[in-house]
Amino acid sequence: MSVQDLLAGNRLALARTLSEIENESPEGKRALNELFPHTGQARLIGVTGAPGTGKSTLVNHLAYLYRHPLQGHPPGDVEPQSVGIVAVDPSSPFSGGAVLGDRVRMRDLAGDAGVFVRSMASRGSLGGLARATWGLVQALDAAGYDIVIVETVGAGQAEVDIARLAHTTVVIEAPGLGDDIQAIKAGILEIADILVVNKADRPGAENTARALRGMLELAAPGKRFLQNHAQVMPLPLPPGILATEDNAWEAPIVQTIATTGTGIPLLAEEITRHQAYLQTSGDLIHKEKIRLKTEMDDLLERALVSRWRESITIETYQTMLDKLVERKISPQQAVQILIDGENL
Amino acid sequence: MSTPQTKIRVLIAKPGLDGHDRGAKVVARALRDAGMEVIYTGLRQTPEMIAEAALQEDVDVVGLSILSGAHMALAPRVLELLEANGQEDVKVFLGGIIPDEDIPQLQKLGVSGIYGPGTSTLDIVKDIRKIVQ
Repeated sequence: MSVQDLLAGNRLALARTLSEIENESPEGKRALNELFPHTGQARLIGVTGAPGTGKSTLVNHLAYLYRHPLQGHPPGDVEPQSVGIVAVDPSSPFSGGAVLGDRVRMRDLAGDAGVFVRSMASRGSLGGLARATWGLVQALDAAGYDIVIVETVGAGQAEVDIARLAHTTVVIEAPGLGDDIQAIKAGILEIADILVVNKADRPGAENTARALRGMLELAAPGKRFLQNHAQVMPLPLPPGILATEDNAWEAPIVQTIATTGTGIPLLAEEITRHQAYLQTSGDLIHKEKIRLKTEMDDLLERALVSRWRESITIETYQTMLDKLVERKISPQQAVQILIDGENL
Repeated sequence: MSTPQTKIRVLIAKPGLDGHDRGAKVVARALRDAGMEVIYTGLRQTPEMIAEAALQEDVDVVGLSILSGAHMALAPRVLELLEANGQEDVKVFLGGIIPDEDIPQLQKLGVSGIYGPGTSTLDIVKDIRKIVQ
C-alpha cells in the first residue's frame, strides 16, 4: 500500500493513508508531502450548523445530486461528479472515545464507487474540525475526488475553522433555535457564503429566514440602499470597509427540507454560483492563501509544542504542577520557567 | 513526554431486517466510554454496505448485531466481503440472539467473539483490546 496505489484509485490504500494522516504518524506525514503536489483540484464545500439542524441529511442529498445531476442542476455539472465526504463528530472529553453517527443519514450513497465517506472524531479540537481534517481533505483531493464536502461537529456560535478550510461555507439553521438577537451575534453566521434554513416545512421557518435576511442586510455594506420618500440613496460605508464592494458576494438564503431533498437543487445552484464568483473576483486565490497560511501556522505551533515537550521530562513538568497547586508560583511564572528551561 | 493518537476504530452495524438496535447502541456507548472511536451505521444494512463502510473507515473491528435469526447467512457473507476487499485482518464480533449450536460453526468461519444477552460490556471491551493490540 503506497501513495502510488492511492493515486491510482485504490480505495483501501486511501482508507489506510487517511488513518495514518489522522494518527499523525511518520507515514502519514510522508504521505501528505507526496500528495501535496496532486492537490488543489477539488472543490471544497464546508457544511456547518448546530446539532440536529440536518447537516448529515443535507450532505447526503447534496452528494447524491452531484452523483446524479438533474437536468440543469447544478448548472454546468452535467457529468456526475465524484464526491469525498469527511464528517466530523465530537470526541468525549473524558474517555477520548466517540460515537460517529453521520453515516446513518448517508445511506443513499452506499454502494456508489464514486463516493467515499470518512467519519472522524474531533480528538479534542475545539474549532468544529479535528486537527487532521485538513490532511484528510488533501488526501481525498489528491485521490481525484471532484468535490470534497466537510461536515463539521455540531457547531454553536464560535466554531468557525471551516471557513478557513472550505471554498464555500454553507451554514445551516433550523426554525425555532433563536430569535433575531441570535441572528446579529458575531460568529458562525458571519462565515456563511450560503445560509440554509433547513426543516422549512416546520412552523417558524419563514421567521428564521426573515431574521437572517435582516441580519444580512445590516452586514453587507455598499450594496444596500435606503429608500426614503421614493428616493433611493446608497448608505455610507462603515469605516474600515473597502469601497470596492460593488460586486461583493451577498450570502443567499436557501430554504430546504433535507429529509425529502426539497431545495437541494437550488442549494447546489448557489454553490456553483459562489464558486464561479470566487473564480471571477479573485477571491479564490486569496482564500487559498489564507488556507495554506492557516495550515502552516497550525503546524508550526504544533511542531514547537512537541519540540518543547521532547525537551522536558515528565518529572520536571510534575514538579512545576505541584508548585502551582501549592500556589508557590503563578501559572505565568511556571510557563516562563518551563519555556526557559531554568532549573528549579 | 508525547501524546499517542492511535485509537481503536470499531464499526457497529445492524445487518438484515430486524429493527432492534438497543443492544447495538448500548455496545457503541460502552466502547465510546472505553476510549474507542465507534462508527455507527444504523439499521437495515446489507453485508455489502457494511464491508464498504468498514473499508472507507479503515476500522480494526466490525461488530454485528443480529436478532433476526439470519446470522448464519449474514455473518459469513460479511467475512467473505471483508476478505475480498483485502481486509482479512479486520476482526468480526457478533452480538444478539445466537443459539449455542451455531457458535462452533461461526467461530470456525472466523468470527472472533460472540455475545448473547446478559454479556457484560466490560468483557466486550476487554476482548476487543486484547485482540486488536
